[in-house]
Amino acid sequence: MDTIDCDIHPSVPSFQALLPYLPGHWGDVVVTRGMDELNSISYPPNSPLTARPDWRPSKGKPAASVEQVRAECLEPFGIGTGILNCLYGVQLLFSEDMAVAYARAVNDWVACEWLDKDDRLRASIVIPVQSVELAVEEIDRCAADKRFVQVLMLAGADMPLGKRHYWPIYAAAARHGLTVGIHAGSNYHNPSTAVGWPSYYTEDYVAQAQAFQTQLTSLICEGVFTRHPTLKIVMLESGWTWLPAHLWRLTKYWRGLRSEIPWVDRSPVEIVRTNIRFSLTPTDAPPRAEGLQRILDHLQSDEILLFSTDYPHNQFEGDDPWPAGISPELRRKIAVDNPRATYARLMETVA
Amino acid sequence: MNVDVRPQRATPVASKLAIADCDIHPAQRTPHDLDPWLPQQWRDHAAQYGAIRRLGMHRGPAYPKSQPDASRRDAYPPEGGRQGSSPSFMAKQHLDGNNVVLGILNPLASGEGVSNPDYSAALCRAVNHWQEEVWLAADSRLYGSIVVPYEHADVAAAEIDYWAGRGRFVQVMILSRTAEPLGNRRYWKMFAAAAAANLPVAVHAFGYGGSPITSSGWPSYYIEEMTGHAQSCQAGLSSMIVEGIFERFPALRVVMVEAGFAWAPSLAWRLDKVWKTLRAETLHLKQSPSDYMRNHVWWTTQPMEEPEPREHLLDTIEWMGWDRLLFATDYPHWDFDDPSQALPLRITEAQRRQFFLENACKLYGVDVP
Repeated sequence: MDTIDCDIHPSVPSFQALLPYLPGHWGDVVVTRGMDELNSISYPPNSPLTARPDWRPSKGKPAASVEQVRAECLEPFGIGTGILNCLYGVQLLFSEDMAVAYARAVNDWVACEWLDKDDRLRASIVIPVQSVELAVEEIDRCAADKRFVQVLMLAGADMPLGKRHYWPIYAAAARHGLTVGIHAGSNYHNPSTAVGWPSYYTEDYVAQAQAFQTQLTSLICEGVFTRHPTLKIVMLESGWTWLPAHLWRLTKYWRGLRSEIPWVDRSPVEIVRTNIRFSLTPTDAPPRAEGLQRILDHLQSDEILLFSTDYPHNQFEGDDPWPAGISPELRRKIAVDNPRATYARLMETVA
Repeated sequence: MNVDVRPQRATPVASKLAIADCDIHPAQRTPHDLDPWLPQQWRDHAAQYGAIRRLGMHRGPAYPKSQPDASRRDAYPPEGGRQGSSPSFMAKQHLDGNNVVLGILNPLASGEGVSNPDYSAALCRAVNHWQEEVWLAADSRLYGSIVVPYEHADVAAAEIDYWAGRGRFVQVMILSRTAEPLGNRRYWKMFAAAAAANLPVAVHAFGYGGSPITSSGWPSYYIEEMTGHAQSCQAGLSSMIVEGIFERFPALRVVMVEAGFAWAPSLAWRLDKVWKTLRAETLHLKQSPSDYMRNHVWWTTQPMEEPEPREHLLDTIEWMGWDRLLFATDYPHWDFDDPSQALPLRITEAQRRQFFLENACKLYGVDVP
């Protein structure tokens, strides 16, 4: 079984590593202004969540080289194809110009330092979401390389992601046969909960699930999938056991309030089934395996989940990334069939 | 919902199950209803200015409701006034009509969330008097909620102390969209007062604390705001648990009102998972987050999630516990859950009684005839 891992996080090993990819003015700026690495509070480098203890090297960062990813992720988990989602804090910057320079640098660095070094790897395009116009340019630029299979956004943004403001990004993705991946994390331009800034990292990470819930609401209610019926959006590291309850609520309100959004002509449950996918890890699982089977039953679809390890994040112990309670048949769907059906570019030949 | 789209079997009132309704919204008939209990300074203030509520619109919401006052079109009292403003018509249409033997009043238009701290306090005091004299005096089936200027916890605590043990007030009620996450220490004096008075704190969805209803800013539509209250309430409840208020105030009981409830199990699982990984950050927690939730939190049912098939909701309730849910209709609002239609599931008679009445009687310490 040629497992497809939809969420692997390469670390930019150091501030200097990107310098060769920041030409001219921007390379100078980074040095003269004394900039630090672009790490966000979503994953503080030493936090127990950010890397499994056994994946922390004695020197340097976890997941900072192809060798580490091969030895700790691709080989032990039998990954035939792995999609890299680089979580470098490009989205947090306030300057559009600086953001595009960093986005280009990260994408070029991923292509040269990762994709060129292992045929099993694919990647998501980091975009300067601060400017939709520049984001579309970056998608167009990177899409020529068929090893980029997805556009990467974060769950926390300036505006809800369904808003018309962002639609040119979705049009560009659809045009190039790219999925749009929305990953846990935020640009932190808004408080990370709907009731303000929390005190603890624990709350911040828990709150990612609520961020995804509101993004799902926004994407559906604004009509993104009416405009782009074939667009696939993948929620990455979102958790997914909350999905049934959220859809029950959203669908109830859709029944009562659909006259407000008449372009949404299918129930939210149906839209999720055709257009939205979720990475497997983390599974915020009930205490017993029977409970997980009930949740899978509530999902009412075996096509929604896509396998992921979330390497090197610390989400499971030992060598088994699968939560208890998933049948071999469903594993096959999640590990192979569903990702293939989701990522059109995985089925294309890479030149 | 309030427009019949298909014929429904009418059940004679006499044979209807006696129920509790833990979320009834009394409304003011006129802008002057509170005058008898408001000092002249604040009557003048209301006439000249109004109230700043961290909300741009001077009157009405920027997400227009789906219908006037978000209320049922069949709930206008015959004597005039807006829906929910007549104790006698509410008694006839709702309490008698649905055999409500215990009704909890949650006044939404109060001084809660008003930015001017003195005006907020004066309005809350007036609304509590109004509940007592206009509503609780009119119908012995009704019980009140103490409204408090919750953004100013010391004043809120004083308001709780003033009413505790007086009349038929059975809980403190605040709104969910606070200025800071609700477990924040700025609110602790309020929780301390409620715990000392042995009054549950009801956290009712809505309000305006200043933050957008999503962590990505303001959405476009009323449906998003309404759906988003569930996420907002999840954040508030997570904060209460993670900040350790149930460790600090072991007697504290919290009721999440009009927030939905089916999200509770997955939130508990996620909290537990993250807490285990990041445990060194919250050494003040002595139990798992799900234990605090299981022991200290109740939920009102409306707007009850409606899976297809509906039986899936039985799993959710099993995970939460049949003793945690308090039936509520949200009368007179448009998204009213009709007690005769709300739980079309095969459950035991004991479960039905818990769900519709006994859990509420037990939580609020009320005996019904």
